[in-house]
Amino acid sequence: MTDRTRLPVFRALLASVLGLAVVFSLTACASQPDAATDAPGGEAGEPATEPTRVILASTTSTQDSGLFDDLIPAFEAAYPEYAVEVIAVGTGEALEMGRNKDADVLLVHAKADEETFVAEGFGTERRDVCYNDFVFVGAEGDPAGVGAAVDLNAAMTAIASGEAAYVSRGDDSGTHKKEKKLFESAGIEPAGDWYLVSGQGMGETLKIASEKQGYTLSDRATYLSMLEALDLAIVREGDEGLLNQYGVIPVTDARNPDGARAFMEWVTSAEGQAVIGAYGVETFGAPLFFPNAE
Amino acid sequence: MQIFADALRDGIAAFSQGTIDVWGIVWTSLQTSGTAVFFSLFLGIPAGFFLGTRRFVGRRLLITIANTGMGLPPVAVGLIVAMTLSRRGPLGDLDLLYTRPAMVMAQVIIALPIVAAVTAAAVGAVPREVRLQARSLGASRIHEAILTLAEARLGLVAAVAAGFGQIISEVGAVTMVGGNLEGSTRVMTTAIVQFTRMGKYGPALALSAVLLGLIFLVNVLLAAGQHSADRFERT
Repeated sequence: MTDRTRLPVFRALLASVLGLAVVFSLTACASQPDAATDAPGGEAGEPATEPTRVILASTTSTQDSGLFDDLIPAFEAAYPEYAVEVIAVGTGEALEMGRNKDADVLLVHAKADEETFVAEGFGTERRDVCYNDFVFVGAEGDPAGVGAAVDLNAAMTAIASGEAAYVSRGDDSGTHKKEKKLFESAGIEPAGDWYLVSGQGMGETLKIASEKQGYTLSDRATYLSMLEALDLAIVREGDEGLLNQYGVIPVTDARNPDGARAFMEWVTSAEGQAVIGAYGVETFGAPLFFPNAE
Repeated sequence: MQIFADALRDGIAAFSQGTIDVWGIVWTSLQTSGTAVFFSLFLGIPAGFFLGTRRFVGRRLLITIANTGMGLPPVAVGLIVAMTLSRRGPLGDLDLLYTRPAMVMAQVIIALPIVAAVTAAAVGAVPREVRLQARSLGASRIHEAILTLAEARLGLVAAVAAGFGQIISEVGAVTMVGGNLEGSTRVMTTAIVQFTRMGKYGPALALSAVLLGLIFLVNVLLAAGQHSADRFERT
């Protein structure tokens, strides 16, 4: 038994085999609800019921980064009684889905809005999960000198020089909010021919920036995952103001409150945090997300 | 039902405050789809006429292709046009991706088979004797064509309605090739998707109502045209 808990791969395998067994109604016994506290004897300990749906509202940038392809199966392996469905929308719609109780749990990245959301009673609590960082990308050669600017404010001024286009997401997403904040603190009201507003997700916005050979602000994960399809280079990175904190919030009175809670607990647990920290290492040679749950 | 009433009120409020450039979006939609319908008719009516009236080898195959084209998945058209126009694509030097001409291009490809197939069916239904008689009375080929198309005008109106309805409601292709850029390529359908994604159900619903109203209006106008054509026939 100790070997089983120590080997996540084995456990995931076993859980999926057991999951299949459940689907084919080969088990008649429903003695224990939780596979993590599974009793010896294999399938005897599995719940015979179908997994219940947990609706996770998250952002398109998180979805586009591919993190969920690792994270969700790992969670479902640890908690086979839940099946997670990810709805990837903008942060604005994710929060709206939470307000309408169309989602059970949120994983988004707009800390101030998330705290308001919880303060207004729409979420039970909010926990830090991980962070990644934003990077400025642009045409090779950085025509406006965004990278050479002394600080972020100077970088925003360089972007606003109109030397090249800047493609804004303009969709109230976490990334758009970050951009607005950066322009604001530089005292710039972005407008003009150089300022294009796509109103779309990160992937589409990066493609537009690439075609127009303009700048945009992107989370590193989405940029790296699309690298092959883009003619864009990172022109500025590493500033403190470019960090992007993710939080998890179970929705108050959700349809599946237990599932929402389990997801929050797991994603902030050592196991969940390890999955997050490992994501991207194999493909990109470096982690894309840095776990920082308390 | 409360959710719809609330959303609609929100949306109308957002429109009247002028925070959203509704008319700019509606105008872009009409401009691109109108231009695309014009080109589709310009190319599709002669093609349809040819398919519907002439007998030649491979005609059946071409009609089948046109009919298949009516069900051409707009997203596939969008993808192919986007790849063709992208910087790395064969027409990348034109710098057309994420512009209105790119949207018109995709829309013409979507609407053209519809116009051609409906036209072919309409002129095919005109009795052959009409054309033969016209020729025997000394009409030129052009005159014969005009006469046949005039006989088939009810079907042609249907071709316009079908083509226009399809492309003004289409969202996948115009997003891919237009990019939903504010003030240039943002049309009603892409704006509706965007507002929904942002959780702004109000403006999304109000804009949907405008879109529906517009399609209705165009069909009323076309039906009026059909009706007067009908009357003209009876007198």
